[in-house]
Amino acid sequence: MSTLEIKDLHVSVDTEDGPKEILKGVALTIKDGETHAIMGPNGSGKSTLAYSIAGHPKYTVTGGTVTLDGEDVLAMSVDERARAGLFLAMQYPVEVPGVSVSNFLRTAKTAIDGEAPKLRTWVKDVNAALQRANLDPSFSQRSVNEGFSGGEKKRHEIAQLELLDPKVAVLDETDSGLDIDALKVVSQGVNRFAEAGDKGVLLITHYTRILRYIKPDFVHVFVDGKIAEEGGSELADQLEAEGYDKYTRAAV
Amino acid sequence: MTDSVRSALEQDGPTLERVDSHLNPPASYDLADHPVPTGREEVWRFTPLKRLRGILDGEASDAHLTWETSLPAGVTLSTITTEEARELGELPPNERPAALAVALAGGAALLDVAAEAELDEPVVLRLKGTSVDDLVWGHLVLRIGAHARATIVLEHTGSARYCATTSVLVGDGAEVNVLSLHDWDDDAVHLARDGIRVGRDARVRHTAISFGGDLVRMHANVEYAGPGGEAELLGLYFADAGQHIEHRLFADHTAPNTKSHVVYKGALQGQGAHTVWVGNVLIRKVAVGIETYEENRNLVLTDGCQADSVPNLEIETGEIEGAGHASATGRFDDEQLFYLRSRGIEEAEARRLVVHGFFNDLVRKVGVPELEERLLATVEEELEKNVSHGGSAPASPRGTV
Ligand SMILES: Nc1ncnc2c1ncn2[C@@H]1O[C@H](COP(=O)(O)OP(=O)(O)OP(=O)(O)O)[C@@H](O)[C@H]1O
Ligand SMILES: [Mg+2]
Repeated sequence: MSTLEIKDLHVSVDTEDGPKEILKGVALTIKDGETHAIMGPNGSGKSTLAYSIAGHPKYTVTGGTVTLDGEDVLAMSVDERARAGLFLAMQYPVEVPGVSVSNFLRTAKTAIDGEAPKLRTWVKDVNAALQRANLDPSFSQRSVNEGFSGGEKKRHEIAQLELLDPKVAVLDETDSGLDIDALKVVSQGVNRFAEAGDKGVLLITHYTRILRYIKPDFVHVFVDGKIAEEGGSELADQLEAEGYDKYTRAAV
Repeated sequence: MTDSVRSALEQDGPTLERVDSHLNPPASYDLADHPVPTGREEVWRFTPLKRLRGILDGEASDAHLTWETSLPAGVTLSTITTEEARELGELPPNERPAALAVALAGGAALLDVAAEAELDEPVVLRLKGTSVDDLVWGHLVLRIGAHARATIVLEHTGSARYCATTSVLVGDGAEVNVLSLHDWDDDAVHLARDGIRVGRDARVRHTAISFGGDLVRMHANVEYAGPGGEAELLGLYFADAGQHIEHRLFADHTAPNTKSHVVYKGALQGQGAHTVWVGNVLIRKVAVGIETYEENRNLVLTDGCQADSVPNLEIETGEIEGAGHASATGRFDDEQLFYLRSRGIEEAEARRLVVHGFFNDLVRKVGVPELEERLLATVEEELEKNVSHGGSAPASPRGTV
């Protein structure tokens, strides 16, 4: 059982001219077994929503609630949220020079499970996850994301998703900048995760092409800091045909 | 050999023309050439002179550090007179502390690595002081014979006011790894000048590691006795609250086709932690075909720290392979921290990972496996001191870049 519940979420960022409200009352509930897609124009606040769920210090929550199985997510620190079962695949994964992927993954796994993984099976698990993400085993000796191509960074996020096995995954444009093979690799990774049951997926994307591989149960149109419309996967097709015009004009 | 190299060699012959580098006062054994500094001099402007506790007055003292040595076969340790040390061809002092050390040490310790010796374990010299009340003058000569291969580790612990000059004379074709570790007690004051003369086609790696002490100011100077020599100067330092750690490098390209590669990395934490890195490179007219690169990176972990970083390049010939430098002082990267924490890793652990990562490539370059673990462990201990305070408050380093 896992439910991520977002109610009337308001978030602002600090700017030179004082705080600026980006999220203006977001409501969204992701139950286990559900995949939700969020689509919306540039700058509408999609990443802000993802980062706010993960607890990035740049964003200030000014109102509303976020709970995971009833637990107050907003009261948790960034790492507590991850240990509670949230995972954010980032739009721009961060490079950490000098920290090897293998050391990073082991440290993260240990933190999330509360105990070190069994050495013998762990190395195998890591190699298998990298392989499924179409990353050579030599990646485990490289520094985290350093010098990775855009696509390799995204596939590395998916390998982490698989190894850390959270309850709810938020994927912020994990499909952007991928060639068609990488897109399939990423989609398969997400589907494997989702099919394990009792998992929630929040997929943020600009493009419908990933929705050919990942079937969302719900599609939300995100405009100007809130959800403008909700529907099933047919809504994605409609967006592809008509764009966001009708919503952005309404928002102005 | 290219024509330009040959003509350069012919022009200058065996004795180099003297270049008055504005960055480096002329070298001399004569104390009169090195007056007591006022603090306004370019080479002293970063150093808090008061905290030198009178070392620069140059009082005579016969206090010593205790020595514990581990000398593999092919290595001998003896005592020579000051004159003998000079005749071996060391780099003359280029500042007052080094000149005082030579004048007042009353002779030098000579460590000899026989020509063609291939040491399979490091030479270790453990120098330990008992009290900061002791004023100790030191003069040490490390002579590595032609084509020898050696690793020499100099460890400094305990406390003292220690002012020393160390000459590293690297024979033709030799390969030597010198590591100077400053793990002093909190109150120690250490002024050091390591002068390295690199033989023809010889390779030397010199690593300075500074953790402890109230004030450590160290020079690492390199000159080349012939063409084809390579010097890699590495440094790792970690300054805590109140500590002053200063590293001054000088790669003087006195011969053609030589190389210098400098990488120094430092971390700072706590109120009043101050680090200084000055990297001077002089490419003389004779030094055609050389290659030089110097880099300094500082990681500022808390408020209240100051990292000064000054690379200087003086070029007298354009006929070189390459010359470059990089200097960066940055505060802790919150995005890295966020990324690691978003994977469940606690803040303290995440900080530890990032700092380890910062030093990691350097620690691996040091090339003394026996010490790698210990260095990382020391970094760990240093971090422990800060972790309890937590917080990633923005720092405003006054980095001169
Ligand atoms: N520090 C800041 N100062 C001013 N505006 C900011 C700041 N940080 C973010 N914003 C604004 O917040 C808005 C939402 O940004 P966000 O990254 O969430 O958009 P997005 O929907 O993810 O866009 P994209 O599709 O391009 O990824 C943007 O208009 C952005 O310019
Ligand atoms: Mg975005």
